[in-house]
Amino acid sequence: MAHTTTQAAEQAPEQYNYEIVRKFAIMTAVWGVIGMLVGVYIATELAYPAFNLDIPYITFGRLRPVHTTLVIFGFGGSALFATSYYVVQRTCQTRLYSDTLANFTFWGWQIAMVSSAVSYMLGYTQSHEYAEMEWPIDILIAVVWVVYFWIYLQTMRRRSQPHIYVANWFYMAFILATGILHIFNNMQVPISLFSMKSYSLHAGVQDAMTQWWYGHNAVGFFLTAAFLGMMYYFVPKQAGRPVYSYRLSIIHFWALIFLYMWVGAHHLHWTALPDWTSSLAATFSILLLLPSWGGMINGIMTLSGAWEKLRTDPIMLFLITSLSFYGMSTFEGPLMSLKSVNALSHYTDWTIGHVHSGALGWVAMVTIGSFYHLIPRIWDTKMYSIRLIYTHFFLASIGIVLYITSMWVAGIGQGLILRAFDDYGNLAYTFVESVAFLHKPYVVRAIGGLFFVSGMILMAYNFFMTVRRARREQAEIEAKLAAKLARA
Amino acid sequence: MKHERIETNAGLLIVLTLIVISIGGLVEIVPLSFIKGTVEEVKTAKGFDAIRPYTPLELRGRDIYQREGCYLCHSQMIRPFRDEMLRYGHYSLAAESQYDHPFQWGSKRTGPDLARVGGKYSNAWHVQHLTAPRSVVPESIMPNYPWLEKTTLQYEDIGERMRALREVGVPYSQTKPEYEANVKRFGPKVAKLLDINHASDNLIAQAEAGNYDGDRSRITEMDALVAYLQVLGTMVDFSKYNEGYFAKFR
Repeated sequence: MAHTTTQAAEQAPEQYNYEIVRKFAIMTAVWGVIGMLVGVYIATELAYPAFNLDIPYITFGRLRPVHTTLVIFGFGGSALFATSYYVVQRTCQTRLYSDTLANFTFWGWQIAMVSSAVSYMLGYTQSHEYAEMEWPIDILIAVVWVVYFWIYLQTMRRRSQPHIYVANWFYMAFILATGILHIFNNMQVPISLFSMKSYSLHAGVQDAMTQWWYGHNAVGFFLTAAFLGMMYYFVPKQAGRPVYSYRLSIIHFWALIFLYMWVGAHHLHWTALPDWTSSLAATFSILLLLPSWGGMINGIMTLSGAWEKLRTDPIMLFLITSLSFYGMSTFEGPLMSLKSVNALSHYTDWTIGHVHSGALGWVAMVTIGSFYHLIPRIWDTKMYSIRLIYTHFFLASIGIVLYITSMWVAGIGQGLILRAFDDYGNLAYTFVESVAFLHKPYVVRAIGGLFFVSGMILMAYNFFMTVRRARREQAEIEAKLAAKLARA
Repeated sequence: MKHERIETNAGLLIVLTLIVISIGGLVEIVPLSFIKGTVEEVKTAKGFDAIRPYTPLELRGRDIYQREGCYLCHSQMIRPFRDEMLRYGHYSLAAESQYDHPFQWGSKRTGPDLARVGGKYSNAWHVQHLTAPRSVVPESIMPNYPWLEKTTLQYEDIGERMRALREVGVPYSQTKPEYEANVKRFGPKVAKLLDINHASDNLIAQAEAGNYDGDRSRITEMDALVAYLQVLGTMVDFSKYNEGYFAKFR
C-alpha cells in the first residue's frame, strides 16, 4: 500500500512550479550582491579617483551602467520574476503555464544581464540611462518580455478562482508598461547588422522626452507598481491579516498607473524641452503623491491590530520599514519635481540620494522581507538563522541612513555652492570647489553602501545554509522512507 | 460598471490598463514632433542654418564621448539661470542638439556642464586634462584617460555610421540632389563636410589641419574627442541676436 502511494506522488506533477521560482530566487541574491558590490566600487572611485586604476573597462563611466543594470534588472528583475511566478500560482491556485517557456524567460534574462554588463565594460552603450543595452540585447529582452506576458496571461486564464487578486493587477500593469516603454525607448538604427553600435531614432528634445518618459516609468512600473504587487501578497501573508482596504487598492491602482506616465518630463525642468511639457509633468508629479500614499497606507494599515509583530518578527520589520521609505521617497519626489526646488536639486547628488532611498529603502527592503518569507516556503523548510535576519536589518538600516544623509549634504551643498554670489555679484565659487566639497559626503556614502552590501552577503549566506539544510532534510526523509520500504 | 467585472476578466483588465497607461505618453511626446517652434530656426547672416551636423571626425569623437560614459558626470544643457550664464554662457537651445542621436543633455554634474566648452581651452590643455586631469586641476576626481592618446582612431566604418544617421534624419548627403540641398541649406563649405562619399578624406584632412593631439604622425582617439569638445556650443553666434530673441520659443 505504502509503495503505490509513493509512486503515485512521484509521477504526478507538482501542484506548483516552484523550480522556476527557486532559480530566479537564487539569481536575485547573486545579482544583488554583485550589483551592489559594483555600486560600492564606483562610489569609492568618486571618493578616491585612483581606484579607476587607468583601466578602461572599470572607469566610472563604464561601470556605472553595470551597477544600475545589475541592481535594477538583475536583482530587481529576478526578484520580480521569482515573486510574480510564485504569487500568480498561489493566488490563481493553478500551476504556472508551460515549464519550457518559463525556463526560457530564466535563461534569456540571465544572458541579457551578463551580456549587458560585459558590453558596457567594452564600451557599447546607447547612453540612455537605464536603457544602455545595445540593440541585440534589446531584442533579446523584448522577446523574453513577450513570453513573460504570455505565461502570465495564460496562467491567469487557468485560475481556479473567479477573482484576479490585486497583486496580479500590479504585476500585469508592470509587464504591459515595461514592454511598451522598452520598445519605444529602444528604437535604434544599427550601423550594420554585424555591429553592436547603433544610433537612436530620435534626437535632441524628442529623444530627451522619450528617454525620461521611459526613465521615470522604469521607476514607476518596474520599481514601484511591480513591487507593490509583491507588497500586496507578502505583507498580508506575513502579517496574517487581510489587506486593509479593498476600495483603496482599486482607487490607488488606477490612479497610480494613469498618473505615473505623465511625470517623466520633471527630469527636464529648465531645459530646452518646452515649458508646457515639464510644467504638466510637475503638476502630475504632485498629484501622484495621493495614490503613492494610498498604497503605503494600505500596506502599513494591514498590520493594524497586529502591531506587536514588529517586536517579534524581523521579516515584518523589513516590510514595514520598506513601506515607510516608500512613503518618504514618494513625498520627496513630488517636492523635487517643483520647478523652484528642482532648480537647486537637479544635476546634484540629491537626485542620487532620492533614488537610493527608493531603491534601497523601498525596493530592496520589500524584496528582502518577501524573500525571507518566500525562501523557506519554496524549499519547504525553516530559515537557517533568525538572528542573522535581525543583523541584516540593522546593517541595511544603518547603510541607508548613511547613504541618504550624505547625499542630502552633497546635493544641497553643491546646489548652494554653485548658485552663491559674492558682494559684487560675481560667482562666489569655482566649479571645482564644489567637487572638493563632495569628497567627505562621498566617503560616507561609500561606507553606507558597504554596510548595505554586507547585509546582502549575510542574506545570501543565510539562504545558502537554509537551502543546504533543506536538501539534507529531504535526503534524510528519503533515506527513512527507503529503509521502511526495504523492511516492508 | 462594477469593478468586479474587471477583476474577473483578464482580457478586460489588460485592455483597460493599456488605455490608461498610454494617455500620458501620447499627450506629452507626440506634439513635440508637430508643434512649430519646439526646435528653433537659427540662421546665420548669410541665411544658412547655423546648426550643422557633426563632421566625420567630430562624430567619431562623439562616439568616444558616449563610449566612455562622459554623460554620466557631465551635462550638456545650460539652464536659464544667472549663475549658469556666468559660468557656462547662454542657455542651451533645442536647436543645438537637433542632430544629437542620442541626446547628451545628461542628468548629473559631478563635473561641469560641457554644452559650450568649445573654444574655452586650448587643444593642448584638453589633451593634458584628458590624459591626467589632476595634473591641471588638482581637486578633480575625473578618471585618467591615457589610452585615448595611444589608440589609433578606427574610421573604416565612418560611411556606415553616417548612413545610419542619415536614415534617422541627419542631413548627411549620399546623392547629388542631397548634396545640392545641403549647399543651399548650410553653404558650400559645410555641405562638403557632410558628404558621405568623401567622409574618410574629410576626416583625415580635419585631423591633419587641426592636429588636436599634437602628434602629426597618426590620427588617434584623442584627435577625435578633442575635435568634438572644441565644437560644442560654438555654432550659434549669440552676439548677433537681440536679447530675449530666443525666449519666445520656450
